[in-house]
Amino acid sequence: MELCGMSAVVLATLLRKGEISSREITESVFKRIGEREKTLNAYITTVKDSALKQAAQADEKFRKDNKLPLLAGIPIAVKDILCTKGIRTTCGSKILENFIPTYNATAVERVLKDGAVLIGKTNMDEFGMGSSTENSIIGPTKNPVDTQLVAGGSSGGSAAAVASGEAILALGTDTGGSIRQPSAFCGAAGLKPTYGRVSRYGVIAYASSLDQVGPIGRTAEDCAMLLNAIAGYDTLDSTSADINKPDFLEAVKKDIKGLKAGLPKEYFIEGLDKGIKKKIDEAIALLEKNGVEIVDISLQHTKYAVSVYYLIATAEASSNLARYDGVKYGFRSGDDIDDVIMMYEATRNEGFGREVKRRIMLGTYVLSAGYYDAYYLKAQKIRTMIKNDFDKAFKDVDFIITPTTPCLPFKLGEKLSDPLQMYLVDIYTVSLNLSGLPGMSVKCGEINGLPVGMQIIGKAFDEETILRVGHAYEKMSEK
Amino acid sequence: MEYEYIICFETHVELDTNTKLFCGCRVSYDAPPNSCVCPVCTGQPGALPVLNKKAVEYAVKAGLALNCRINTFSRFARKNYFYPDLPKGYQISQYELPFCEDGYLEIIDDSGKPYKIGIKRIHLEEDAGKLMHSSNAPEEYYSLVDYNRSSVPLLEIVTDHERNPMHSLQEARSYLEKLKQILKYIDISECMMEKGQLRCDVNISIRPKESAEFGNRAEIKNMSSFRYIMEALEYEIKRQKDIIESGAKVKQETRLFDEDKKITLPMRSKEDAPDYRYFPDPDLMEATIDQDFITRMEKTMPEMPDQQLNRIIEQYGIPKNDALILTKDKAVSEYFSACAMICEDKRRLGNWIIKELFKLLNDASVPIVSCPVKPKDFVRLLELVSKREITEAIGRKVLTEMFNTGKGPASIIDEKGLKTIDDNDTLIMAIEEAMKENPEAAAQIKAGDDKPIDFILGRVMKKTKGKADPKKIRNLIGKSLLGN
Repeated sequence: MELCGMSAVVLATLLRKGEISSREITESVFKRIGEREKTLNAYITTVKDSALKQAAQADEKFRKDNKLPLLAGIPIAVKDILCTKGIRTTCGSKILENFIPTYNATAVERVLKDGAVLIGKTNMDEFGMGSSTENSIIGPTKNPVDTQLVAGGSSGGSAAAVASGEAILALGTDTGGSIRQPSAFCGAAGLKPTYGRVSRYGVIAYASSLDQVGPIGRTAEDCAMLLNAIAGYDTLDSTSADINKPDFLEAVKKDIKGLKAGLPKEYFIEGLDKGIKKKIDEAIALLEKNGVEIVDISLQHTKYAVSVYYLIATAEASSNLARYDGVKYGFRSGDDIDDVIMMYEATRNEGFGREVKRRIMLGTYVLSAGYYDAYYLKAQKIRTMIKNDFDKAFKDVDFIITPTTPCLPFKLGEKLSDPLQMYLVDIYTVSLNLSGLPGMSVKCGEINGLPVGMQIIGKAFDEETILRVGHAYEKMSEK
Repeated sequence: MEYEYIICFETHVELDTNTKLFCGCRVSYDAPPNSCVCPVCTGQPGALPVLNKKAVEYAVKAGLALNCRINTFSRFARKNYFYPDLPKGYQISQYELPFCEDGYLEIIDDSGKPYKIGIKRIHLEEDAGKLMHSSNAPEEYYSLVDYNRSSVPLLEIVTDHERNPMHSLQEARSYLEKLKQILKYIDISECMMEKGQLRCDVNISIRPKESAEFGNRAEIKNMSSFRYIMEALEYEIKRQKDIIESGAKVKQETRLFDEDKKITLPMRSKEDAPDYRYFPDPDLMEATIDQDFITRMEKTMPEMPDQQLNRIIEQYGIPKNDALILTKDKAVSEYFSACAMICEDKRRLGNWIIKELFKLLNDASVPIVSCPVKPKDFVRLLELVSKREITEAIGRKVLTEMFNTGKGPASIIDEKGLKTIDDNDTLIMAIEEAMKENPEAAAQIKAGDDKPIDFILGRVMKKTKGKADPKKIRNLIGKSLLGN
């Protein structure tokens, strides 16, 4: 197997044995990029020169010291929503097409400090708004499994890069499913940590109360390894949680016998692809066979989740995206206009794409005087109910199993003209963002060669259990 | 027609913290443009606010000083609007759940009675940047923005429309003066209006005395001088009276004061009022203020000006007018207090600060905080005067010398030989000399005419270079005559 196709955990072991070098891995990754990137379009920016330099530095360090952080020398891709100092960060938008941050996002800072090799910035739906990575300034990312299909979104570039060997690991962000859904579509493993587990500092905000940074890897173990590096309290993010950070890679090794899994009946209803349902049922049977107790549960407010999500996310987005006004940085239109309001209008009209404008308008409406109570406030109340459903369920179970998506990866362009259909792709993932809970998607077989994702949901700040279950499932399903 | 007024203030005070409200940038009023900025206060993508705890402490102190309820839970909200000096496209402010609510500030009303002006709320928010516009020549038409002020902490203090509002210009002025005095006392702002550290929106509505309801209120925005505020109010009262007397109704609107023409001009009507789309800021957690925090803040509170006023009148016997002057300004009151702790004769102390020290400070344009005369030296000087070791006149001279050189009184008196001449023989000799030199006056005095005594006294004072105690000389003049 080529190095670029191996898991991060295996590569880290080989690096420590001195059998391979970071340079070899990095070159292998760039060779794959050379072969496939033209078709896949997973990256907005690649930084080969600095990547090779970082790899050389890692190799230099390995010659002196074997006790480096596990990420040392491992090539990593970063979603273009995370600020990278001195490297263009577009957020998939024309309005930031030439924006070069002066600082690193905390998550980026942490992986670089551990010695990871930054390959480039991955493609995404503009400002994270989309479920297919089709709403990007550089055009859509293709699914590496079948390039006629979407990679999912909004972290489609990160998921496609990992799945194709254009990166070993990747950072994504997840506001309504943007890590888990593309991971499912591309056959990767992707984890959305608990809200507050990873700092949002330097993450270009879409919906602040929902956004969360997380790892995408080939396996649950790889996700654990990357989560170890990025998790933890950050004084720069007031919403980051000042709580104990366990060793997630250790947690993965524990047996899952005796754990209790909940199956929410609201997730297995009409609208779910029959093939996917069958795969999940098989996975559940396998878990049961390996000592997991399966119980039926109810998350009764699930049906409101997508509506509530689109009220809260758009409201926050309408405010978060106000700063892109052409005054301070990024794209500015209307140099011939001498009225500031008209300059704003021209800049924002030309700088934002259709979906972003749609959500800004929705959110502005939601927060408007006279509508605030009926929409925003009500949505917040139902959000609490959705969270209460989970709290109640988690009194009885250790984790919850659902499909990650109701459908298989769809054709490019198929849902672009029907935003509501596109929004429903997130039906199984948005509840976790609303309730702040961690969830991960692991590959659970294939249908006609297309990967199926299984979502494992955990209690707040219990990423350990879901990583443990994900890892155990991967092992038992290999047999 | 006679009218009644309702006047309310929204006062913005820039807090005197070292760093900004949501980032670690230094607060500076004279740094070069855009030199105190970072990703947070310039609204860079991905940057997040972190609340400055000091600013919360200051808000709570203001709440305590203004007799407010301190809310256990407070929340920051985003006020959304577009303007180039507002880098995020929203201002982080507070909407529901401000830090402090329902307090009062006591003034003396127009009838001379204590009156508690209702304070509705006190909240924290961030300031915006500053725009500088180019000349009006079209080819040079541009604006520059300086974000040094962006995110500097502001406290907004809002008086109540319903509960005890102000009813006259005099009450409005008393409120503002008292507010400024208190804020300086609790040391949370320098309140320098010329630097824009204290700015007011004022609103006023009026009604004819017999009328049941007040008219709509006009709000005059963003004024930064007491004088302008008073002028604007005077103009508004006249304008609104004219409208009412012409039979029309005052419109609810926001107006601006033209400082040159001394008039207010419409800015926007109620219908055009922007919808700020307030919502809780998801980047900040709810602030919890427990009783421990409040207790800790209470312990840091200094004596309030009113308490201090009453105390120095009652305990020290300082006349009320002097006491008012001594407590008006925090720096003065601090100087006074530092002296009073070690000074026996508190009346003389108050008197000398007001009459002698203020004159020296004023003439030299030196603020009292940088007064070269240290309190302990000042008190020592007063002791020497009290014990008649030097005369009052010499005392004043010594004080001037102390002010100019920073030296203590003893060394100046020694150096210049200014100690009072207490030796009777020396004094009698000087009197006799003066009598001899002015035989006519001496004769008159001997004949029982008291008038020339002052003249002789003056000659003696001159001979002794002012170092004699005039009372004593007067006695001795009588004695020297009896002796003959």
